[in-house]
Amino acid sequence: MTNILIKLLEEKGALLADGATGTNLFNMGLMSGDAPEMWNTDEPEKIRKLYRGAVDSGSDIFLTNSFGANASRLRLHGAEKRAHELSRVSAEIARDIADQAGRKVIVAGSVGPTGEIMEPVGELTHALAVEMFHETADGLKAGGADIAWVETISAPEEYRAAAEGFALAGIDWVGTMSFDTAGRTMMGMTSANMVKMVDDITNTPLAFGANCGTGSSDLLRTILGFAAQGSTVPIVAKGNAGIPKYVEGHIHYDGTPELMADYAVMARACGAKIIGGCCGTMPEHLRAMREALDTRTMTQSPSLEEITAKLGAFTSATDGTGDNEPGPRRTRRSRQKDS
Amino acid sequence: MSDEDEIILSELDDEELVSQMFDDLYDGLKEEIEEGVNILLARGWIPYDVLTKALVGGMTIVGADFRDGILFVPEVLLAANAMKGGMFILKPLLAETGAPRVGKMVIGTVKGDIHDIGKNLVGMMMEGAGFEVVDLGINNAVEAYLAAMEEEGPDILGMSALLTTTMPYMKVVIDTMIEKGIRDDYVVLVGGAPLNEEFGKAIGADAYCRDAAVAVETAKEFMDRKHNQMLA
Repeated sequence: MTNILIKLLEEKGALLADGATGTNLFNMGLMSGDAPEMWNTDEPEKIRKLYRGAVDSGSDIFLTNSFGANASRLRLHGAEKRAHELSRVSAEIARDIADQAGRKVIVAGSVGPTGEIMEPVGELTHALAVEMFHETADGLKAGGADIAWVETISAPEEYRAAAEGFALAGIDWVGTMSFDTAGRTMMGMTSANMVKMVDDITNTPLAFGANCGTGSSDLLRTILGFAAQGSTVPIVAKGNAGIPKYVEGHIHYDGTPELMADYAVMARACGAKIIGGCCGTMPEHLRAMREALDTRTMTQSPSLEEITAKLGAFTSATDGTGDNEPGPRRTRRSRQKDS
Repeated sequence: MSDEDEIILSELDDEELVSQMFDDLYDGLKEEIEEGVNILLARGWIPYDVLTKALVGGMTIVGADFRDGILFVPEVLLAANAMKGGMFILKPLLAETGAPRVGKMVIGTVKGDIHDIGKNLVGMMMEGAGFEVVDLGINNAVEAYLAAMEEEGPDILGMSALLTTTMPYMKVVIDTMIEKGIRDDYVVLVGGAPLNEEFGKAIGADAYCRDAAVAVETAKEFMDRKHNQMLA
């Protein structure tokens, strides 16, 4: 059976995803430090408003308010036993909003990282990570999510663990990583290596890509890096609306709707098939992106110079995929470990 | 690899051994670092020299390559873990011998933020630079920071946040310090993925540190300034 996401992609060519969750909820009064997922049960009207903001702005896909709804993250709030429930409720509300849209809108169950470092460097075991992703995905599926959508991942092991958890839950999935450290993920993965990993995973995602990270220009460089590998799996681009600034007690992202509109069509030209925003992307940004994607014609893939001219400078000189990488790793004298 | 490549640490002279320890720290080889520390101590090195010349020297290279995007978090964690092995041997000896104090830092992730990878890295790299680090863990309310500053008497307060929803809380902590009249008693360093220099200035921190390596460099600068002021 062809997934609804693939069908819609075939129909429309490119899809608009949603924008920020945290920034929107923060503007609705979420306090610094509170778990946004609690609002699924405590403030459902606000979550409806969040979802409606995306749907009414023309999003074809929107993510549920369940980014931190895994046992590891909820433990902080003493709510580790509520991972399944909070995931399910986030999807139930979303299903309802999507079904009222009057057009086909996809509910993507958001799955965030565990926040822990996996073995062998860290302590989280593969089995436990799989179990946590499985639990969250089960809840999302029970609530009516069309797909699971794991995002902001930095470790390849964690991406693979999520894929396994989703296979156990029997739900199709999309997975994006965040490339925020010298063009790589925090754990050092390059865009090119992510493509290799995606192609290697048995439970292939419906789409893969990049979200969050630093500015939107860096994100597009990552998208070009994906496209250069020639994978057949559709690419997702979900970039931040500029850079966070502190204005009168709250965080404001400096990316304008006009900039995000430019970003959206450039992302499409770079090869992305699913385009959305991340932090700082509000309904007004999404409306501008929707309009730009619908009215502007497809162009050739932009050069790095064209990207920086429109969206601003990169935060790092390279992204780990080219030939002119920062000096080679220190060479060390060879040595055999004592046996 | 052939047998000829095998290096017996105890057969190296001091200079070669230290340089080998730099390599071993870089590669995160904990057992080799522990062995190296013990050999240097057995050769009569004072613990403070083992710390500063062998371990801190090696971690400085790791920090620089991390800053320059050559090493990434997994490699740095392994290096820090190897360093920790050496520190475990040195710590009691340093206390016994009354070694000079590089500086002390209280560090913690702000209220609501459970993302401690960055904070842990900073803590490890600071220890790697010879600082004493008191780690308050995650999710710290302003009261926890104040209590720790009072009890521990650090030179530096470090705050970390990964989320745009939690980073404004840093200002709550700094504002409370101002209210209590203790703001200038400490150097306040802030860091975390969504932060930037402008944000650090806006909330009244002494500095924003882009990554763990920069945090160490900045902390050292402030400690130097402090020492110079005391001498003047």
